[in-house]
Amino acid sequence: MSAVATARLRLLLPATLAVALVLLLAAVAPLRAVEPKEMLANPILEARARTLSKELRCMVCQNQSIDDSDAPLAHDLRLLVRERLKAGDSDAQVLDFLVARYGEFVLLKPPLSWHTAALWGLPPALLILGIATIVVVLRRRRAAPLTETANLSAAEEARLANLMREEG
Amino acid sequence: MIAELGHYALMLALGLALIQGSLPLVGARSNDAVLMSMATPAALAQFVFVALSFAALAVCYVTSDFSVLNVYENSNSAMPLIYRLTSIWGNHEGSMMLWVFILTFFGALVAVFGNNLPVKLKANSLAVQAWIAAAFDLFILITSNPFLRIPNAPFEGRDLNPILQDPGLAFHPPMLYLGYVGFSIAFSFAIAALLEGRIDAAWARWVRPWVLGAWMCLTLGIAGGSYWAYYELGWGGYWFWDPVENASLMPWLAGTALLHSAVVMEKRGALKVWTILLAILAFSLSLIGTFLVRSGVLTSVHSFATDPTRGVFILAILAIFIGGALALYAARAPLLKQGGLFAPISREGALVFNNLFLTSACATVFVGTLYPLALEALTGAKISVGPPFFNLTFGPLFVPLLLAMPFGPLLGWKRGDLLAAAQRLLAAALLAAVAIAASFALQRGGPVLAPFGVGLAIFVMAGALIDLAERTMILRVPFGAALRRAAGLPRSAWGTALAHFGIGVTLLGIVAVTAWGSERIAAIKPGDTVEIAHYRLTFDGLFERPGANYHELVGHFTVRRMSGELLGAMEPSRRTFPARNMATTEAALMSRRFSQLYLSLGDPNPDGSVAVRLYFKPQVLLIWLGALFMFAGGALSLSDRRLRVGAPRRAKAPAAALQAAE
Repeated sequence: MSAVATARLRLLLPATLAVALVLLLAAVAPLRAVEPKEMLANPILEARARTLSKELRCMVCQNQSIDDSDAPLAHDLRLLVRERLKAGDSDAQVLDFLVARYGEFVLLKPPLSWHTAALWGLPPALLILGIATIVVVLRRRRAAPLTETANLSAAEEARLANLMREEG
Repeated sequence: MIAELGHYALMLALGLALIQGSLPLVGARSNDAVLMSMATPAALAQFVFVALSFAALAVCYVTSDFSVLNVYENSNSAMPLIYRLTSIWGNHEGSMMLWVFILTFFGALVAVFGNNLPVKLKANSLAVQAWIAAAFDLFILITSNPFLRIPNAPFEGRDLNPILQDPGLAFHPPMLYLGYVGFSIAFSFAIAALLEGRIDAAWARWVRPWVLGAWMCLTLGIAGGSYWAYYELGWGGYWFWDPVENASLMPWLAGTALLHSAVVMEKRGALKVWTILLAILAFSLSLIGTFLVRSGVLTSVHSFATDPTRGVFILAILAIFIGGALALYAARAPLLKQGGLFAPISREGALVFNNLFLTSACATVFVGTLYPLALEALTGAKISVGPPFFNLTFGPLFVPLLLAMPFGPLLGWKRGDLLAAAQRLLAAALLAAVAIAASFALQRGGPVLAPFGVGLAIFVMAGALIDLAERTMILRVPFGAALRRAAGLPRSAWGTALAHFGIGVTLLGIVAVTAWGSERIAAIKPGDTVEIAHYRLTFDGLFERPGANYHELVGHFTVRRMSGELLGAMEPSRRTFPARNMATTEAALMSRRFSQLYLSLGDPNPDGSVAVRLYFKPQVLLIWLGALFMFAGGALSLSDRRLRVGAPRRAKAPAAALQAAE
């Protein structure tokens, strides 16, 4: 390699590096979840914002809260929650505001209503049903004790004897 | 050529599965020993051909044969060998191949190790196993063929999703599938027993090792996936109640219930009908999990409706297998004889209690996961069911379960003495009380429930140790005699105690990290420090580092104690993958015994500062350590001779083996 070529390469290297760096930074996605500049100065309000954020769904993501998501929509919603809190809204008012805007889909904990009655009702109902079944079965069986299992067939008896012998 | 061979081998495997699914069945009906004996070689040959097919796909990936569409879409020649291999199952088609591969692997294992099974049971269950294999072979060949070619082969592949380029992909899906698919054995045995119309305690003995093996793999698979998500996703969450996670949790809960009810059936001949149902349910939930993850129904009911071929196919598989199994169950279960009476307070009773809460918890997860889908399909209303719902409903179901857990092993079969068990657990309760008091004294402004969580975890762990102490009588007989008793203790007893101990360990980790974890979010410049818990981190600067198929922007941080003692460096980074123009966050972790410092890097800002998220995760490693204990407990149980041989063992002299009954 000639001296000129080497010198040119030396000049070129930092340039390519710089271009690479710029490209790199451009490709890097924004920070996941809450960014420092989004945060409120008042720690009590900020803590409330974080708690609320964990109960709100980022609607364009798959099952992520706005607290976890790095989508631009989640960023906007986080700012919105903080704006409402700064304006003096209560937690319930913030949630109502978002539901009015985006529908119940935004809530990760669906409120009790007619179309979620089965959702909230089924788990305890199944547990109670299970307990009831067990009680009924136990009672019935105590009332009418069954005989033990049927006797083994001759072939099975022989097999069993064989196995017992093997086991010593 | 290789791809075509793989394609052809898969078709041959389908043919073998059809033979294996029909002839032995006919043989079992007509008592034809020759037809029944077809099952074993067919199962082995089927495994060989599926393995060949899978190997062919692997060769295409390793050699970066981009004329194969599946390889082109999911691989790249710049990827390290390990990721070229793991990207086989990093996509839909390949993961279905892995599914079938593991399914036929289990079938072959039954064929080889099932010599002690009754001939009819073996023939019938291998036939059922073959139906499942045939259904999935067809699914792959018709809707998800990984061997399709592209006419003009591209020079380079489109790369694997960078989030998946991680050792986690090598471990998590195979373990998970070993668990999912392992339950197919219990399912096949259950259907075989129903077909024959007879079932006895021996059935449980034959099924238990398979259930246990599957459960162990599933436990490790879930724990592995959880740790992977924890370090990869950049905000240190270990469980998100995501439908995909729930899909693996449901079979685990049903499988855990099955494991316990099978004990009752084996030892006492009771709960037969229920155990059969659980065996069907555990695998049905595995199938539903596969459907949820693979059909696209989770993204949206509408996207499912726009390209329904795959989804409808899996739905048909679900309907045939689950519907068919439940119909058969409904028809045959009433004919099965019940046996083994027991009082409500007894070992059996405790295991019924366990089953009640485990299945309720499973049902809760099921309802929570599928309710939004059903509601949207039926009424069009969209709701979200997220972590707050599950924490509220699932948590309360686990508390009574864990409170009762230490009592179970201390109660006798048939009729137990609750008071005596409570007296034995007094030490555990005292220890728990001390732990609660200490946690209250130490915690500053943490949640009120947290100390009780710690208490519960300690109670569970101490309970497991007391169970062992009682069995070895370590506090009541001379030490040498206790050692001899310990050596004579069945390994399954050690396994039970170890696994139960592991549950306590995991709980302790969850409580600690939820209640006392802390977080710092800041934009910092080189030279700045961030403090968290009793650590101080200094940001030294950013630098670039090239990787195999990515560029990396690395932040260098020096970690010190508050006292100034140097602990080391942490290097979180952001990787950019040019092939897909995607970025990933690589968090830096520093373990301090069971706690971890967790640091992830954000955007460099124009003013030269960079956003960082720093977490202190107290005792977080216990979450996964507990899962390792559960796995080890399962392995110990599995190595128990009684299970391995599958034959009853006679208690020898009264001196050595008074403990023989578990």
